Amino acid sequence: MSVAIKVEELSKAYQLGEFGTGTISRDIERWFAKLRGKEDPFLKVGEVNDRSVKGDSDIVWSLRDIDFEIAQGESVGIIGRNGAGKSTLLKLLSRVTSPTQGVIKVKGRIASLLEVGTGFHPELTGRENIFLNGAILGMRKKEITRKFDEIVDFSGVARYIDTPVKRYSSGMYVRLAFAVAAYLESEILIVDEVLAVGDAEFQQKCLGKMKDVSTNQGRTVLFVSHNMSAVMNLCTKAMVLKNGEMEYVGELTEGIQQYQSSSIKRSSEWIADKPAAGPQIRHASLSIIEDQPDITLKIKLRVGSVSNNTAAFVAFDIKNGFGTTIMQAIPRITPFLEFDGTDREYLFQVDLVGLIPDSYFVSVWIGPHNTETYDWQKDILSFEIHQSPTEGRTFPHHYDNGFIVPNSKIIES
Amino acid sequence: MNKSGLAAGSENWDLVLKPQTSLFRLNFRDVWAYRDLLWLLVRRDFVSFYKQTVLGPVWFFIQPLFTTIIYTFIFGGLAKIKTGEVPGPLFYMAGITCWNYFADCITKTSTVFKDNANIFGKVYFPRLIMPLSLVLSNLVRFAVQMILFLLAMAWYYWGKGAHGFHVTPYITLFPLMVALMALQGLGLGMIVTALTTRYRDLALLVVFGVQLMMYATTVVYPLTTVIEKFPQISWLVTYNPMTEVIETFRLGFLGEGTFSWGLLGYGIAVTIVILFAGIFTFNKIERNFVDTV
Repeated sequence: MSVAIKVEELSKAYQLGEFGTGTISRDIERWFAKLRGKEDPFLKVGEVNDRSVKGDSDIVWSLRDIDFEIAQGESVGIIGRNGAGKSTLLKLLSRVTSPTQGVIKVKGRIASLLEVGTGFHPELTGRENIFLNGAILGMRKKEITRKFDEIVDFSGVARYIDTPVKRYSSGMYVRLAFAVAAYLESEILIVDEVLAVGDAEFQQKCLGKMKDVSTNQGRTVLFVSHNMSAVMNLCTKAMVLKNGEMEYVGELTEGIQQYQSSSIKRSSEWIADKPAAGPQIRHASLSIIEDQPDITLKIKLRVGSVSNNTAAFVAFDIKNGFGTTIMQAIPRITPFLEFDGTDREYLFQVDLVGLIPDSYFVSVWIGPHNTETYDWQKDILSFEIHQSPTEGRTFPHHYDNGFIVPNSKIIES
Repeated sequence: MNKSGLAAGSENWDLVLKPQTSLFRLNFRDVWAYRDLLWLLVRRDFVSFYKQTVLGPVWFFIQPLFTTIIYTFIFGGLAKIKTGEVPGPLFYMAGITCWNYFADCITKTSTVFKDNANIFGKVYFPRLIMPLSLVLSNLVRFAVQMILFLLAMAWYYWGKGAHGFHVTPYITLFPLMVALMALQGLGLGMIVTALTTRYRDLALLVVFGVQLMMYATTVVYPLTTVIEKFPQISWLVTYNPMTEVIETFRLGFLGEGTFSWGLLGYGIAVTIVILFAGIFTFNKIERNFVDTV
């Protein structure tokens, strides 16, 4: 196995705040420093990229001294919290911007997918956009012609292929865009969280395609995601970034655990932006007691009401990290919750079945009837499951094997 | 993982990315590899321009036609600027056709980084492709306006009888003139777009600057008139490289204009300097502009 990507002491600095006044004098100062062979004066004062701490200088290192090697055919999941430097790393690797320090060495052609549908022109038809987008991503025209039918087939929008894409639904748009990228012939594929769009079925299809690309075609894949299950499904290796520094690189499950232990989320809270008329969810909070396979959620809601005699019931939809709603909990349908014009507070308990390790999101709905809604706040609460529901299971759970693990035991042998 | 084992025998990289590269590494090979994209972009510009318009490509005619009428009225009728033997409308149309192409190249190129910030921020391709595609798609527009100009010539020749213009052998320099206009526009546009990523003021300057520059070029008057009437400032017009282009163009098609091989050589030299200055500044900025825009 040979090396596909080698990165040495890679750093990227960004200037914070406003550009504008003073840039000319600064530019001259930098230019003088360079002329005398000195280090750039505005890069000297560097700080670790931590959003929560306000620094003194307006230079921040989005990435600092990153070293790694990726072998050909490996698929690497790049994980980390927001602002950890994941996107910066992808931008550097895909040549969108250049490093401040350090070297990136690459063998083979890189195709990067930081966004689906880059360069799509709304006035052009699907067919024209396939060619344009393919060319932007680095394909030759004859390459696209050769794969055209496959691309259309994969996207499933054959009927609309000669319609301008501005008439497409957003789902169709994304399908077509991803399809183009899926048929890129490059040795290295870089994918940012583009799978956050499109419906569940299509997401599954994209993931499948990417897995196919890495395992069957032996291409190198770099994949950034917050979705641990997707990473688990797709990758063979993990790279954990924290505040612009490399925290871990190596074995997949080890990396995911490292990341999760550093970001354990035991509770979640939400407050309404602006108070509205009517029975409205004003405040919601969630805490979790995880004792696999028993998981208990405690959800506290404060619901406002403007009039007497409002009656309603509450429903919680629980989505997995993939965006599929896998459960709905309705604590009580009759008798209704009664309101008297003041804010009321409720505490609910949801006993969960054995869920596979993942990030989960809770939507809160309140209404008087299943066809009438007072307030519906989507994905406002979240929680994470870290342990497998099956005691002693060390191998990862995949979506392919289901989302819920029922209790099972041997009763006769 | 065995690090040394991996590194062995793999020192021939296809791509090495470093903070600084030489300004003189222009990557024309990269541009060539993306030539299909270039054509698709030209096509996109052309097709999207007239989609959902009633008159379609006819719009390409309307602007030069009206400008010619207005110039004929103002500069010919009111200001009474002599246009030699050549009928006023033809004289102006020749100037406008050339100037429009040059001006379009500058103004379109000068916003390349701003207009494409989104694409440039998401995917890599040789950035030079974008300005090149603009120069080429403007060429389509120029061709259409040339047809209008040739039609006007034909109309004067056969329709009006009295013409007063004649084609000269300098017409063979036409392809060179087109190249000079395109490359000057491209070069200046690239300098401006590169600098506007840092200093936005320039974007405002360019629209109005191009307008002013037109009056320092022989679009609405012949070079001989300036030399005759304002000898002390005529150098400003003479050494404007676009003057050489328009004068030669007019001399070729209409038989009215000043030409010398020395001035042509000067025009070519200036064009090359502008072009390379443009490419170098563009190259320098393109590497990091995503961070500042």
